[in-house]
Amino acid sequence: MAAVFREEAGRLTAALVRSLGNFDLAEECVQDALVSALEHWPREGIPPNPGAWLMTTARRKGIDRLRRESRYQEKLAQLEEAPVSTRSAFPDDRLDLIFTCCHPALAREAQVALTLRSVAGLTTPEIARAFLVPEATVAQRLVRAKRKIVDARIPFRMPEREELAERLGEVLAVLYLMFNEGYLATGPRGAHDRDLAREAEWLVGLLASLMPGEPEVLGLQALMRFNLARADARFDAQGRMILLRDQDRAKWDRRMIDETFAIVGRFLTMARPGPYQLQALIAGAHAAAKTWEATRWPDILRSYDALLALSDSPIIRLNRAIAVWHTIGAEQAYVELFPLAEQLDRYHLFHATRGELLRALGRPDEARDADRRALELTENPAERALLQARLG
Amino acid sequence: MAQYVLMFVGSEEWLQTSSKEEVQRGYAAVGKWWEELSKKGVLKGGEELAKGAGAATTVRRVNGQMKVFDGPFIESKEQVGGFAMIEAPDLDEAIAIAKSWPGGDVEVRPIVVH
Repeated sequence: MAAVFREEAGRLTAALVRSLGNFDLAEECVQDALVSALEHWPREGIPPNPGAWLMTTARRKGIDRLRRESRYQEKLAQLEEAPVSTRSAFPDDRLDLIFTCCHPALAREAQVALTLRSVAGLTTPEIARAFLVPEATVAQRLVRAKRKIVDARIPFRMPEREELAERLGEVLAVLYLMFNEGYLATGPRGAHDRDLAREAEWLVGLLASLMPGEPEVLGLQALMRFNLARADARFDAQGRMILLRDQDRAKWDRRMIDETFAIVGRFLTMARPGPYQLQALIAGAHAAAKTWEATRWPDILRSYDALLALSDSPIIRLNRAIAVWHTIGAEQAYVELFPLAEQLDRYHLFHATRGELLRALGRPDEARDADRRALELTENPAERALLQARLG
Repeated sequence: MAQYVLMFVGSEEWLQTSSKEEVQRGYAAVGKWWEELSKKGVLKGGEELAKGAGAATTVRRVNGQMKVFDGPFIESKEQVGGFAMIEAPDLDEAIAIAKSWPGGDVEVRPIVVH
């Protein structure tokens, strides 16, 4: 049922926003329909055409809501006249929906919540659980965002050509944040909670199918999938994080990795490199290595150099230093960390990396100081456990 | 069509630090922007505001009484230096117009229709 909801919710919302011209109202109607499905389907079974069932229900809910508000008479007529369509009869407007939800005039957290709710069909409590924030907080974010869409007239359409690159970047940033929130999950989550990382992967797949000519969309899709393929090997039975080097590679999802290399092939033939594609290449180089020793570090280092050329950042330089370590040597890598010290002093992974390098250089006392500093700076229980084990 | 107010925000530092020619060029660019939008019928009104936080007077309600204070509502280096009322079909169009402003930052606010 979750899969049906995910597939249909966005389509319905998009179609209703299109016909009603009111984001808030459309969104409410779809949520009403989903709630109604939750009541009926477990007892009566999923109908043969769930999309049409939900559409009819959403429309009926819409008519009820509009009757209560007289100033929508015209819209009401539209809703009553339109034929009950089967899935193929209403066009897929989800792309417009995605760009509206990720409009830069909305706050980042509102973009994330709105996309999960409107495009992926998550309920407010589900979003709240996924982000470990109170339901009221999510509800308020959604209300505010929807009000702004209506009040400021955020349009329900794709951006103009000259805006597209920037706006697509915004959409990808929202999906990447969603993915990381799930992938780096820090708190306890219930078995029934929807996994943000997989929602994000589904959404980027949807985006890739709707915009097949955009290499950065494929790049982000590949990046997420390479990471998800290794998900089962990332934690031990006690929930402690296992570093890439020590992971049991038999637990990696080989089929998913192979499928993802087909995506890499697609974006490479487009020959329009970008940051997500380069990060996917790095993740792919790790995924392709049968053992830690077989990792092709020179390839990884080249990708980091290309990434730096596109956008210089201390975090990229930190990650690049690890590639330098395994390609050139620990001494050179340690030298390259120095200029980052000031900017990354409050970043735990800077000190954790420094600790590893110092250990490799045979300076265990300084290494322990660095590990202790890293421990001070992180609250993630899985990472804390790893650092504590290292400190002994 | 919806109406928006564009509020032009900036600091006056550039007035003091720029040469006379630079200031003139800045005003010329603004004049051209204004003229083009008026011709297109997009611009519905707007004005430049007198320079300097010192030109501003704020009337505040204090314990139910309206009291007069010297200075702007919010003390900041950045101040609203002018505004324009424009007509645009949606926020994206309004943002496109704001992006074409040759001066500093722009706050875009929709006007409520009663």
